Amino acid sequence: MQRRKADFPIEGAKSALTSVATTEEAKQTVGFYRSVVGKKVVMAVTGFILFVFIVFHLAANLLIYFPPEANGTRLLNDYAAHLRALPALLWGARVLLLVAVILHIVAAWQLTVLNKLEARTTGYVKYTPIASSYASRTMVWSGPIIFFYVIYHLLDLTFGTLNPSFQSGNVFHNVVADFEHPGVAIFYIFANACLAFHLYHGIWSMCQSVGLAHPRYTPMLKKASVALAIAIGAGFCSIPLAVMTGLVR
Amino acid sequence: MKLILHIWRQKSRESPGKMARYEVSNVNEHMSFLEMLDVLNEELIARNEDPVAFDHDCREGICGSCGFMINGVAHGPQRGTTVCQLHMRHFKEGQALWLEPWRAKAFPVLKDLMVDRSAFDRIIAAGGYISVNTGGAPEANALPVDKQKADLAMDAAQCIGCGACVAACPNASAALFTSAKISHLAHMPQGQPERRRRALSMVARMQAELFGACTNHGECEAVCPKGIELENIARMNREFTKAAWARRDEVAGSGRRRLLPRSFP
Ligand code: FES
Repeated sequence: MQRRKADFPIEGAKSALTSVATTEEAKQTVGFYRSVVGKKVVMAVTGFILFVFIVFHLAANLLIYFPPEANGTRLLNDYAAHLRALPALLWGARVLLLVAVILHIVAAWQLTVLNKLEARTTGYVKYTPIASSYASRTMVWSGPIIFFYVIYHLLDLTFGTLNPSFQSGNVFHNVVADFEHPGVAIFYIFANACLAFHLYHGIWSMCQSVGLAHPRYTPMLKKASVALAIAIGAGFCSIPLAVMTGLVR
Repeated sequence: MKLILHIWRQKSRESPGKMARYEVSNVNEHMSFLEMLDVLNEELIARNEDPVAFDHDCREGICGSCGFMINGVAHGPQRGTTVCQLHMRHFKEGQALWLEPWRAKAFPVLKDLMVDRSAFDRIIAAGGYISVNTGGAPEANALPVDKQKADLAMDAAQCIGCGACVAACPNASAALFTSAKISHLAHMPQGQPERRRRALSMVARMQAELFGACTNHGECEAVCPKGIELENIARMNREFTKAAWARRDEVAGSGRRRLLPRSFP
């Protein structure tokens, strides 16, 4: 039978009673990350960072619903201008998010390879899930869909490369012009539905992964995850719907 | 009553296996699932065929020997029950049942429905114990244990090591099993001296045995015949993270701080 040596150099992994100090501190982080628990903690922490971003992003996006001011400017555009006037904050956040995305994806990839290709090499003829949710079983699909959508989204609305009527600084115009194409709107809605599914499992899962569980609070947390996932998904999806129905123009 | 069984038949560890169809009549609703298989095996032996191999020992739900998948659910449809305690009254006349062994890289199939679970023993050997010096038994009341902690330790200690958690997990993760032992001992005063090292060693062993990672599906908790809770996995994550970051090199320095640089000859 195939057995591997414990492959992360954390001290305790050695024979228990006679262990002699051999590991340097530097190996500690590496050792932590090499463990399955460490990878899940990394996924949870980076997932939390991305979750916080999403909440702020949604809050900012909802500024689109404010009517134009007396001088014709839009609150959404003002907000974008203010943000750009703070390059340290903007770029600090961008770098943090980029690092979080990379770590989240790398850890997810490595865990998926372990779980699907190494740990369960033979599947069942018949397998009936009785406790897991559709959302939890499709994290590995909803994640990549969100990833590819975000790339398109950046090229479309941040860099403007894919947006033929892109006006730098005029976020309101760009968004409205975007969603007048039903294809773009549908892709957006689909990606945000995936995001809602991802958060449905992700929000409570990240707490569990870092060890936060309690019989009194975990059930509440699960309910809160569902509520937040629905609220976030609905919040984002309302924008293309509002543009398409002419509510925002 | 009569049942249609589709059973995974595999001669040995190396040989390929396949599902085979059997019909068992004369099933009594008071039989346990294993007794029903005994009836089938008697018929097979009478026909000069190889009986279906499955693990069992106590047949009263306490030893953890038995277990296989019934229609894709570890230990079958009755919650909190091992297959030896599962009675045939939960099934319907003429029902078709698919029986498969636990599937995990770490649990190779030995024969038919039997798998090798010694990977669990090696996880326990890596740290699922306390070191007790020999000598007279200490006075029991000298070591007070908080009632709630004793209860939590007792709940975690209920694990019988049947392997259903691994079998039910889409990732073949042994997180519930490993965390039950880590939790059990972390709650007890006797478990404290080795607490950190235990969390590190057992998780390392679990991974080295090629069990998967927990992705919080909760399938393990649902099939556990002893009701071991998912909270234990959170506790294991906590114990492991604390131990991994708070760990320091073991030095025998009579309690003095080491003043010389580490590379000093
Ligand atoms: S045979 Fe002992 S638990 Fe089933």
